[in-house]
Amino acid sequence: MSKEAVNKLPEHELNPDALVQVKNLKKYFPISGGVFSRVIGHVKAIDDISFDIMKGETLGLVGESGCGKTTTGRAILRLMNATAGHVYFQGQDVFSLNKHDLRKMRREMQLVFQDPYASLNPRMNVGNIIGEPLEIHGIAKGAKKDKIVQELLETVGLSKWHMRRYPHEFSGGQRQRIGVARALALKPKLIVLDEPVSALDVSIQSQVINLLEDLQTEFDLTYLFIAHDLSVIKHISDRVGVMYLGKLVELTDSDSLYREPKHPYTEALLSAIPIPDPRIQSKRERIVLEGDVPSPANPPSGCRFHTRCKYAQDICKREIPELVDVGNNHFVACHYPLS
Amino acid sequence: MTEKLLEVKDLHTHFYTSDGEVPAVNGISFHLNKGETLAIVGESGCGKSVTSLSVMRLIPDPPGRIVDGQIFFEGEDLLKKSDSAMRKIRGNDISMIFQEPMTSLNPVFTVGDQIAEAVELHQGVSEEKAHKIAVEMLTLVGIPMPEQRAKEYPHQLSGGMRQRVMIAMALSCHPKLLIADEPTTALDVTIQAQILELMKKLRDETGTAIMLITHDLGVVADMAERVIVMYLGKIVEEAPVDDLFHKPLHPYTQGLLNSIPRMDRGKERLHVIEGSVPHPANMPTGCAFNPRCPHVREICLERMPELIKKEDGHTVRCWLYTEEGQASKAVSKEVSS
Repeated sequence: MSKEAVNKLPEHELNPDALVQVKNLKKYFPISGGVFSRVIGHVKAIDDISFDIMKGETLGLVGESGCGKTTTGRAILRLMNATAGHVYFQGQDVFSLNKHDLRKMRREMQLVFQDPYASLNPRMNVGNIIGEPLEIHGIAKGAKKDKIVQELLETVGLSKWHMRRYPHEFSGGQRQRIGVARALALKPKLIVLDEPVSALDVSIQSQVINLLEDLQTEFDLTYLFIAHDLSVIKHISDRVGVMYLGKLVELTDSDSLYREPKHPYTEALLSAIPIPDPRIQSKRERIVLEGDVPSPANPPSGCRFHTRCKYAQDICKREIPELVDVGNNHFVACHYPLS
Repeated sequence: MTEKLLEVKDLHTHFYTSDGEVPAVNGISFHLNKGETLAIVGESGCGKSVTSLSVMRLIPDPPGRIVDGQIFFEGEDLLKKSDSAMRKIRGNDISMIFQEPMTSLNPVFTVGDQIAEAVELHQGVSEEKAHKIAVEMLTLVGIPMPEQRAKEYPHQLSGGMRQRVMIAMALSCHPKLLIADEPTTALDVTIQAQILELMKKLRDETGTAIMLITHDLGVVADMAERVIVMYLGKIVEEAPVDDLFHKPLHPYTQGLLNSIPRMDRGKERLHVIEGSVPHPANMPTGCAFNPRCPHVREICLERMPELIKKEDGHTVRCWLYTEEGQASKAVSKEVSS
């Protein structure tokens, strides 16, 4: 990575409607082994993915465990350093920022975690949890901070007297609201939501989803919504990216994805999810994929899905398909996209 | 024609905790016919898993205890059986698969040995024969290279494979009843699809009755013939699967069905059940659902309704479907969005 001052995206590549532009992002984790703990291989958690997140949209990232969706979210926020590639936030290269500038930019992008039990410090009261970012960034302290915290609590549907309470006094859904309030404290433009409702019960899940939708309208937020549940993703996202073994295999608006999936993996994924209506479900045909997801340390050659794909041909074993637009901004990485 | 395989009558299972006595299962009655698939649904803490553990007599005591009720399996009360008699039933007539296949397999034995052990114990066959049956079972559940896999340890298998091993073990003695407690919750969707298809195939081939415990209404729609909905230790609704999804009666069931995002629907705002499940040690008086119910009447705050039979096989625990309830005055609630 270059050491010059903040890199900007070249004019001709800049998309004025995009808040975030991800270019050829890679993240490899070294595997060490042997007597001297030498690096003997790499887990390719993300392997060369590119996409844009538009201003004000919700981009859903979906995939099964180990597909790299969480790593993608964290690499965008530079919570881990990527192996290669660039992430541009409003045209500025996030990876080339120095510590000071990075901290400033972090105000603009926040994260909400999956586990509302593990992501709140049990020794801090709610007022301090939500107020901490305000103090760290020198925005407010004392009475002024308290006032902002109280407003935030009310924004996420809690009461201001919850300020003096501790995380263990709240239910899972309420804790997730606290996590959201903390993310909102710095008035960010982008919030990365990493499985924000997976740990919640069905009746609480819908409360949090509705809250997130309301906040997006109210504060003009852009979401990167990471989840494994395609029903939730379909509901909340404007566009959806499907990941498989570190690759983005399909990216389009959520209706087209559901109506006409172009990648065989997306097709199988959609058919695998049972629809909660016995009359519809009994008529659906399920495409059962054989076997398991291969190891990301030793991914298959060519198209990574070819080992489980019923349409696979010779070329799929040899050449990695590019993610290309097959019309109407429907991107798919497949040698033989479905029609 | 239909024969009852399992009949649970007025089961009460309580836990004695530092928060006081918690009635995790608070007087439930239901039955399961031979070869039938019954789903028990509900959110965390509703008592669905405790119900299944009670049937297996696997409630850890202390802190838990079955304080009242009867559980008839083929006409005999399981709660009156000795521990050794119960051990003969478990794994032989009634088998169970759990949510987490890693913690329910023994890490220091090969999977083949673990399946063979159950077969040897229950069917009294030789060790050699038991191993042969184990490999057959692994073949049946679709594990490739079963002979080789039988010699492997649980950690060498993926999550989906482990769940297949659990199913192979559970079915190795041809049980009459299979209790599946969240069998696919820990698995990825494409693996879930494999396991659900497998369970359906085995059910159709062996005629095993299945008691399916889950919170996933999609899985219920896919697998079940009849459904029981539980809320805070009680059954609030019971219906054939089609009725439950198309004519839900209890406000809780209606709320649940409306609050799940569905892939085949658009982006309409999700319906919400207000509030959250109260702690079972701190139960509201009257109907347990009254703090969250949009149709509360005065009587709901005072007395718990009985299960009312509405149609054939469709029962509901709600005052709205009684004359008494209809006559009771509606309670106005502050509306919080």
